[in-house]
Amino acid sequence: MAINRMFRTCPSTGLQYHEPAELLIKANAVVGVVFLLVGGILALLVTLTRWPAVHLLPADWFYLILTAHGLDMLVFWIIFFEIAVLYFCASSLLRCRLATPKVAWVAFGLMVVGAVVNNIAVFKGDSSVMFTSYVPMGAHWSFYLGLILFAVGALVACFVFLGTLVIGRAERTYNGSIPLVTFGALTACIIAIFTIASGAIILIPTFLWSIGMVDHIDSLMYRTVWWGFGHSSQQINVSAHVAVWYAIAAIVFGAKPLSEKVSRTAFLLYIFFLQLASAHHLLADPGLTSNWKIFNTSYAMYLAVLASMVHGLTVPGSIEVAQRAKGFNKGLFEWLRKAPWGNPVFSGMFMSLIGFGFLGGISGVMMGTEQLNLIIHNTVYVPGHFHATVVVGTTLAFMSLTYFLIPTLFQREVMFPKLAQWQPYLFGIGMSAFAVLMMGAGTLGIPRRHWDITFAGNAMGHEFPGTAYLMLGLMAIAGIMAIIGGAIYVLIAVGSIFFGKRINVPGYQRVSARDGVAAPAQPVAAAITGHGSRPGGAGVFVAPGTFTLALVFLAAFVLYYFVNWKYLSTVWPLS
Amino acid sequence: MSAILPPSDRVWWKQPLDRDESTWIIIAFIWCMVMFFMMPYWHVYGKQNLSNEAYRTTPEAFQKKTEAMVEKYKVREETDFKIPVVHPPAASDVYLIARLWQWWPILELEAGKTYRLHMASMDWLHGFSLQPENINVEVHPGYEHVITVTPTAAGQYSIVCNEFCGINHHTMVSRLYVVK
Repeated sequence: MAINRMFRTCPSTGLQYHEPAELLIKANAVVGVVFLLVGGILALLVTLTRWPAVHLLPADWFYLILTAHGLDMLVFWIIFFEIAVLYFCASSLLRCRLATPKVAWVAFGLMVVGAVVNNIAVFKGDSSVMFTSYVPMGAHWSFYLGLILFAVGALVACFVFLGTLVIGRAERTYNGSIPLVTFGALTACIIAIFTIASGAIILIPTFLWSIGMVDHIDSLMYRTVWWGFGHSSQQINVSAHVAVWYAIAAIVFGAKPLSEKVSRTAFLLYIFFLQLASAHHLLADPGLTSNWKIFNTSYAMYLAVLASMVHGLTVPGSIEVAQRAKGFNKGLFEWLRKAPWGNPVFSGMFMSLIGFGFLGGISGVMMGTEQLNLIIHNTVYVPGHFHATVVVGTTLAFMSLTYFLIPTLFQREVMFPKLAQWQPYLFGIGMSAFAVLMMGAGTLGIPRRHWDITFAGNAMGHEFPGTAYLMLGLMAIAGIMAIIGGAIYVLIAVGSIFFGKRINVPGYQRVSARDGVAAPAQPVAAAITGHGSRPGGAGVFVAPGTFTLALVFLAAFVLYYFVNWKYLSTVWPLS
Repeated sequence: MSAILPPSDRVWWKQPLDRDESTWIIIAFIWCMVMFFMMPYWHVYGKQNLSNEAYRTTPEAFQKKTEAMVEKYKVREETDFKIPVVHPPAASDVYLIARLWQWWPILELEAGKTYRLHMASMDWLHGFSLQPENINVEVHPGYEHVITVTPTAAGQYSIVCNEFCGINHHTMVSRLYVVK
């Protein structure tokens, strides 16, 4: 079998696309966006039902739609897009042919079939078990089978990514170490393999249980292992969207990482410690000791939180250094004021960074603190938190990347450019407000995944405070704003890809392995005087504006942390 | 050297850190340690810690113990379903069953007294959410969780189920009385 060595070079970015890789990146990204569209429509139905004044769906439909919304967004949209990002980071950034494209298509096929089978199971109505599908509540066997097929496909795709790294090294398509962004993608891939293994360990027995071949699955065991899949899959997102932040900083500003060492070590901390976070979900469960809970949920003493705090500094820090080098040197923040806020690639990425840190990050640490979890567990605060991390963080970062990919990868001009400028703001601000209001309602005790908090028609009920109702109403309005932003994104993305004005670019050319496609080798001497490569160097504050922002973040973090302890100290004593 | 290109310095790990990063790493690390030690600290000096006491149980065994308590300490019945209200003596063991879609029985506790609250589910997972205190604990089938709890103020409280437990999940709500 002849190996396809056809490449094309994008004239405006210099990026290289391998013919089969390009098709696979497109296919995975497009299917991802299709699931985003489906999940977005479901989001509207969920939002309109949890808006007490509207209360749109009947109970059975609400639970069905909520199950489908969770799966289509958290699993199918994000992982399809992530596979596209992985292939891009391996093939295009390393200028390397993609390993085994046919196997990659098999992976894609398995993922599509799995996602469809799972969706059919949910929409048939006998699998409204939520994204988490906690046993002993059971779904139809095809629900688990769909997820397993999807996971196997994703696992195969991860190995195609790893194989591509091996080829890049063997065929010397690059010099020295892999780029930081590829390193971040590798982090995501390693976490994904762990995640999928956990998913297999729990979903395969659950599938066998659903067809009667296994008698009993312990509910605590299920939750413990399932969250190794459920939470870790969100850690794939974190690694992937942090890699996307670095990529966008490099693409838009030509930013260089402040220090490769620090950024890569931070990614390494993710690999070592991020998965422990799955124990967050078990803080309110019986049968586990406090020692176990404290060690695991602190990601081994918060070393993974440290990593995110480092990325939170180094990404904007590298932008600041690049902007200052261009002369935006006035005061602390001219570099930020003069940033291209009208460019959706940048504006979306920057809001993703701020929202992920301030809203998602801080709230995540609150929920993940052993005792504070008592006043948060299973309230609507929880979805508030993960809409800040996964939607404002990951989805918005992926949306911004799309605006870059449309011209270079799809070779189309972005349609409705004026609308595209506004889209990240609508989506980012809407979703941030949505998340904050959910968290607010959660602190007032509103449960998550609950059809009727008025308990109408019940013999007994509970009257939640009026403020909670107000917050849920505002939450719905913010949610609708975000959904409009999401709809505009889908419109622009799909419109541009299929109907956008074609950009003519040079076609594919065969590049033989022997010729290589690597850039000429850098003089080794540069390494010795390496730290002279950028202004400042050791011992100097190169990014004072970013450092100031980081201190503001820390102040908010510390303050909110102790406010929660104060609140906890007022509830009934428990031991 | 850009994040999407291989590092231009081949020995990038020797590049010294700038001040922003080194200072921030130290500050962030200290803060992470503070947060880490806050949890053990609260176990020693704080009053709100979730109990580690739990036992394996079966629905039958747990129901038997709960029924024994109800028989002994029932004071009245409430609602059309005649759910018993029990007023167990202070500092005793009290039992609460979670099942589709009901909490059983209704407990009446005394403010300022400490109880050992046993909880277990008869079927699926449920979520004990005491409102408006906002104390939330997961309730498993097969596990008897024993929580030592001290109600502080008299009043009528609600127990809402906040772990999704099927089609009538939203109807699973009960009362808890705290009297002087």
